[in-house]
Amino acid sequence: MNRGRLLEILRPLVAVVIGLSLGLLVTLVAGENPIHVLSVLLKSAFGSRYDFGMTLYYATPLIFTGLSVAVAFHAGLFNIGAEGQLTLGALAAAVLGASFAGTPSWIAPILATLAAFLIGGIWGAIPGWLRAKRGSHEVINTIMLNFIAGGIASYLTLYWFRNLETQNPETRPIGPGFAISQWAFFGGAPVSWAFALALLTALAVWVFLWKTVPGYELRAVGQSEGAARVARIDPAKVRILAMAIAGGLAGLVGVGEVLGGAGKFKLGFSPDYGFIGIAVALLGRNRPVGVVAAAILFGALHKGTADLDLETEHVTRDISLVLQALVILCVSAEGLFHLRWLRKKRAAQ
Amino acid sequence: MIDSLLQILSSTLRVSTPLLFAALGGLMSERSGVINIALEGLMLVGAFTGAIVAYSFHSPWLGWGAAAISGVLLAAIYAASVINWKADQIVAGTAINMLALGMVPFISKILYGVTGTSPTIPADERFIFAPIILVWVFLLIIHFWLGRTPSGLWVRFAGEHPKALDAAGIGVKKVRWGAVLMGGALAALGGATLSTMLSSAYARNMTAGRGFMALAALIFGKWRPIPTAMACLLFGFTEALQIRLQGVVLWGTEPVPVQFIQILPYLVTVLVLAGLVGHSRPPKALGLFFEKD
Repeated sequence: MNRGRLLEILRPLVAVVIGLSLGLLVTLVAGENPIHVLSVLLKSAFGSRYDFGMTLYYATPLIFTGLSVAVAFHAGLFNIGAEGQLTLGALAAAVLGASFAGTPSWIAPILATLAAFLIGGIWGAIPGWLRAKRGSHEVINTIMLNFIAGGIASYLTLYWFRNLETQNPETRPIGPGFAISQWAFFGGAPVSWAFALALLTALAVWVFLWKTVPGYELRAVGQSEGAARVARIDPAKVRILAMAIAGGLAGLVGVGEVLGGAGKFKLGFSPDYGFIGIAVALLGRNRPVGVVAAAILFGALHKGTADLDLETEHVTRDISLVLQALVILCVSAEGLFHLRWLRKKRAAQ
Repeated sequence: MIDSLLQILSSTLRVSTPLLFAALGGLMSERSGVINIALEGLMLVGAFTGAIVAYSFHSPWLGWGAAAISGVLLAAIYAASVINWKADQIVAGTAINMLALGMVPFISKILYGVTGTSPTIPADERFIFAPIILVWVFLLIIHFWLGRTPSGLWVRFAGEHPKALDAAGIGVKKVRWGAVLMGGALAALGGATLSTMLSSAYARNMTAGRGFMALAALIFGKWRPIPTAMACLLFGFTEALQIRLQGVVLWGTEPVPVQFIQILPYLVTVLVLAGLVGHSRPPKALGLFFEKD
């Protein structure tokens, strides 16, 4: 392994350590012992099969959204819209599952998965098309489409597919054929085959990006639009495709959430999985393997902080957001690592 | 009829005030070349600080002052990340929003033992209308300052031609720092207006996407003060309309689903950006890191 490659892996690791340390220092302000907080965190995330299962359960949607952001990024696009894409994707899976409840179990999960991918993909393709054909920036468009997706999901859930048996804003439950079985090994944690699907998807994304022609074209457009044009690649087509795939990947969040977890679409089920996906992709250097590792880290943070409410006096699970934010800031702030002595050393060489 | 029309108009002015503060904050930052999707987090921190200080010291003005300071502090973290440490502006902005979302309940828990709402501010210690007037005064000041003064020109050059500004001997980074910090203060004032005028306390996540809506208004307004204010009024109008139309039957037998009215501002923004309702051009150097040669 050469030095550049090593640094590429080392830098985010150092950033994570610094970010987490800063976050734990913050708990000092609240009068807590950071070491105690850290031990609660570790125990709660990895302490038992159940705990580890929950960590993987939270990591599953983050793998999908992380891959979503990464694919768009390789095409030179910023997908801030994973939140909206996953909302509509999950809703599509739930609506299909509730409307055709009698579908046999050998085909039902596959159909629902395809529906989630398709609807998420269409929602992703819209900002891709707007960028490619109308020149309007995908960052703002995806943010706006997140709100629009939220409105549409809320309308459809409340007016068309509402579960009338509860007061909660959620859709009717999916048919039994649609449910994917959870892994008993994890002692009741809702980690299911959706996690395996997430890993397979990461592999598929790697194959697509680095071993196929369309994947190569996608990365070419991301690296240099001019060069891509010379090679007779149509950047507009590639951008739309990239955003459609990104949207579809985000839509797959619905598989774990609806088919493997709740069995229905709950309004507002996502604690910003889409936004955390940006951090996951960034931390994972936009590589599928890195995304999986980063998603498990963030899943562990999410699960680990859940027990802080009970185990400490002042620190609540909200600290998870602070930790994540500090990790993101440290990873993205490149300049922070170009320390003066390092620069001098380079200049001397 | 006239009554309900007047009601909607006054309600429009009230609900567009926090939006306009935040949009002006975004304008300061973005005209200097720094994208600001952290408006949401800045507003949230301002809303919280404003509410607890106004409550503790029995003065909405002190609440406002404290909110502005909290906005400056949070904006400083953002400015250091993107202006000095080369962090990507979108990523860092997202992180700042998450930081605000996490820090506010954290501090609230330490102070009050709960993460939800702050104590209710008594009616006579809240704002009645002062922020509504002030925001329009601020708007005019910023409008003239950007267009007519040397330092306003620096901000515009930092966003359009940073190299030229640098060649003229003015530090681009300094100008951007100033603009981002002022933007942070303004956005936080927007949040404080929300908690000390439009309602009586801070409530969890009370900004509810208004920071992003302000950003949309800014783009809709083509990064210019007066059109941005008009966009804020339009968005405020849809919000007022939505409050007014709750449960009202317009056609058929069912009330109008609020969701349709809620998504209007966002839909309009997408259409505007697509060039279907006019064209919007960002400052040339927006989002680009500046490094002296």
